[in-house]
Amino acid sequence: MRLELVKRPQQSKLYSALSPFIAFGLTLVAGAFLFAMLGKNPALGLYTYFVEPLTELWSLHELAVKAAPLILIAVGLSVCFVSNNWNIGAEGQFTIGAITGAALPLYFPDAQTIALLPAMLVCGALGGAVYAAIPALLKARFNTNEILTSLMLVYVAQLFLDWLVRGPWRDPAAMSFPQAPAFSSWATLPELFPMSGRANWGIVFALVAALVVWFMLSRTLKGFEIRVIGQSPRAGRFGGFSTARTIVFAFLVSGALAGLAGIAEVSGAIGRLQPQISPGYGFAAIIVAFLGRLNPLGIVAAGFVLALSYLGGEAAQIAVGVTDKTVRAFQGILLFFVLACDTLIHYQIRIVRRAPLSEPASLSTETAHGHG
Amino acid sequence: MKKLLMAMAASAALLTAGGAFAQDKTKACFIYVGPIGDFGWSYQHHQGALEMQEALGGEEKVEIAYLESVPEGADAERAIERFARSGCNIIFTTSFGYMDATNKVAAKFPDVKFEHATGFKREHPNVATYNSKFHEGRYVQGVIAAKMSEAGVAGYIASFPIPEVVMGINAFMLGAQSVDPDFEVKVVWANTWFDPGKEADAAKALIDQGADIITQHTDSTAPMQVAAERGIKAFGQASDMIKFGPETQLTSIIDDWGPYYTERVKAVMDGTWEQHDVWAGMAEGHVVMAPYTNMPDDVKALAEETEAKIKSGEFDPFTGPVKKQDGSEWLAEGEVAEESELLGLNFYVEGVDDELPQ
Repeated sequence: MRLELVKRPQQSKLYSALSPFIAFGLTLVAGAFLFAMLGKNPALGLYTYFVEPLTELWSLHELAVKAAPLILIAVGLSVCFVSNNWNIGAEGQFTIGAITGAALPLYFPDAQTIALLPAMLVCGALGGAVYAAIPALLKARFNTNEILTSLMLVYVAQLFLDWLVRGPWRDPAAMSFPQAPAFSSWATLPELFPMSGRANWGIVFALVAALVVWFMLSRTLKGFEIRVIGQSPRAGRFGGFSTARTIVFAFLVSGALAGLAGIAEVSGAIGRLQPQISPGYGFAAIIVAFLGRLNPLGIVAAGFVLALSYLGGEAAQIAVGVTDKTVRAFQGILLFFVLACDTLIHYQIRIVRRAPLSEPASLSTETAHGHG
Repeated sequence: MKKLLMAMAASAALLTAGGAFAQDKTKACFIYVGPIGDFGWSYQHHQGALEMQEALGGEEKVEIAYLESVPEGADAERAIERFARSGCNIIFTTSFGYMDATNKVAAKFPDVKFEHATGFKREHPNVATYNSKFHEGRYVQGVIAAKMSEAGVAGYIASFPIPEVVMGINAFMLGAQSVDPDFEVKVVWANTWFDPGKEADAAKALIDQGADIITQHTDSTAPMQVAAERGIKAFGQASDMIKFGPETQLTSIIDDWGPYYTERVKAVMDGTWEQHDVWAGMAEGHVVMAPYTNMPDDVKALAEETEAKIKSGEFDPFTGPVKKQDGSEWLAEGEVAEESELLGLNFYVEGVDDELPQ
């Protein structure tokens, strides 16, 4: 006896829409078990984790700070993933964006004008886009595997940043410690409501980007082209769409948004370039993109949920006394349920009692990826 | 809208202030860069915290809270602010990367005391900094290494090229040279504070290059375990790692934060806390050598003698004549390095077989 996944002829629209909520609900149930097994009160644990961070104003600001880069990157990734391009290197594009954006005030220290910040943001987005163009061109031209190339470029970007802040860009006043000089006020992304917390314009960029990309994907010919190429490159070619052009376009959008997130993060939330600028936003954004079902509006919600899981994790460490590993376990459980629900929407499980005579139709991962 | 926000902010501030008044015990909070189970840096800070709690009257008098593995980016500021709002009276931020965040939050909470380890910024009167002279212990290790090594080569697993680490390599080198002027130190930069896999690989690479003594400025026990497997000797880091190499560990530099944490939290309780910058070593009991093990008696005697001299202040590891790696003079005969210069140290002394990453 064995289990087999069989593609459903028709997918339930209702369950497709409900899937993230079901997944979230299952995560809560699993979370309650987790807390109970750790010997903590599950109700208190879940309250601290998912509700308490929303009850205070400063904490809402922090939620926005945390969600902004996740949403920006994930919105870009959705364009890639919908078009069947697997950009795993957003973390690297984020880093390069931070570097190219931060280069302006470092190389033009006298340019303290109102134009400095917009120029930095543009440079950051361009830097991210150019960096994402590398795996895109390699894929379009040589058919290389973009999962590997984009992932490997993450390490290149991180080591490059490390070298910069320890070497040429090191702050001479920092006693040989690895950090670049702090940004001036002209180079700092302003806070939205400085009276009550430190949320900055990054969250606004994220929301605008989500709206624009949602409109593009769902209402324009370009969006149609991206979806057709993603689902069936052959059909796309009959329709006159170019696969290569779509690969490059998707990577450029994705890289630009990741780069913008990078410069917004260092200019707004951190205040200078330093060796560590991201706790893995580029990778966490992959979770966000799928949790949001690759829909930019869903991604906004998903970004806040994941950001909440970080904040709640901290609150739970203090109030309930669980370890930081619990945070990661929660995120893992969430993604597991999202993917599991998704799979069950598209496939059904069939129990095969007798070994078949011929080789079974394998559960093809290509088709599993292809649904978008 | 703005009014509403201000009202909400004000009420939030009142709520937290109320929380602080309601407490009759002192709350000390700790931010760690790694897991408390690293058996290195963060573990020792946590041990110090527990020791402090014990010394000041246990849970009835002192409440402690901590956050582990807090990244040194935008997250640090939130973590510190969360502590400041949750009624902490004193917050210890125990990694260099928390420097800006500590000072930013300190500006907003003038009644909370902040103590930042290994940094140099004290922008507000409620921020103090503290660090230990680990290099004093490294000098003793260098002496032992030169005595114990048959190959005359030690392998040094370094984390990041910051002054503290460079200082440690130099002190180790000088200690070794005091026994064997031709002693070699090979360095591998792991570029991490805690990554057992990478640290183990670094240890293997160094052993393959001929090192028969391993020392580390990273926090996991992996190098000790690799050294044990290969049957050579090694030094522990931050905590006593003898459990991980009963036949391997020569000694270990123990970061004993307990006395400092006790002193500072007590100062908060007594209302005598003041800003300062402390850089203390063996003399103050902040740097402690683990028992000298797995070595002959004469080496042990020499190590103890060296330790005693440093402890009493009779000898400073950075005493001339010392040349820089390029052969130029750094310290003249009998000259002792200035603390301010050490704290920004960015060059090797003569004899280190490595190029300092710049």
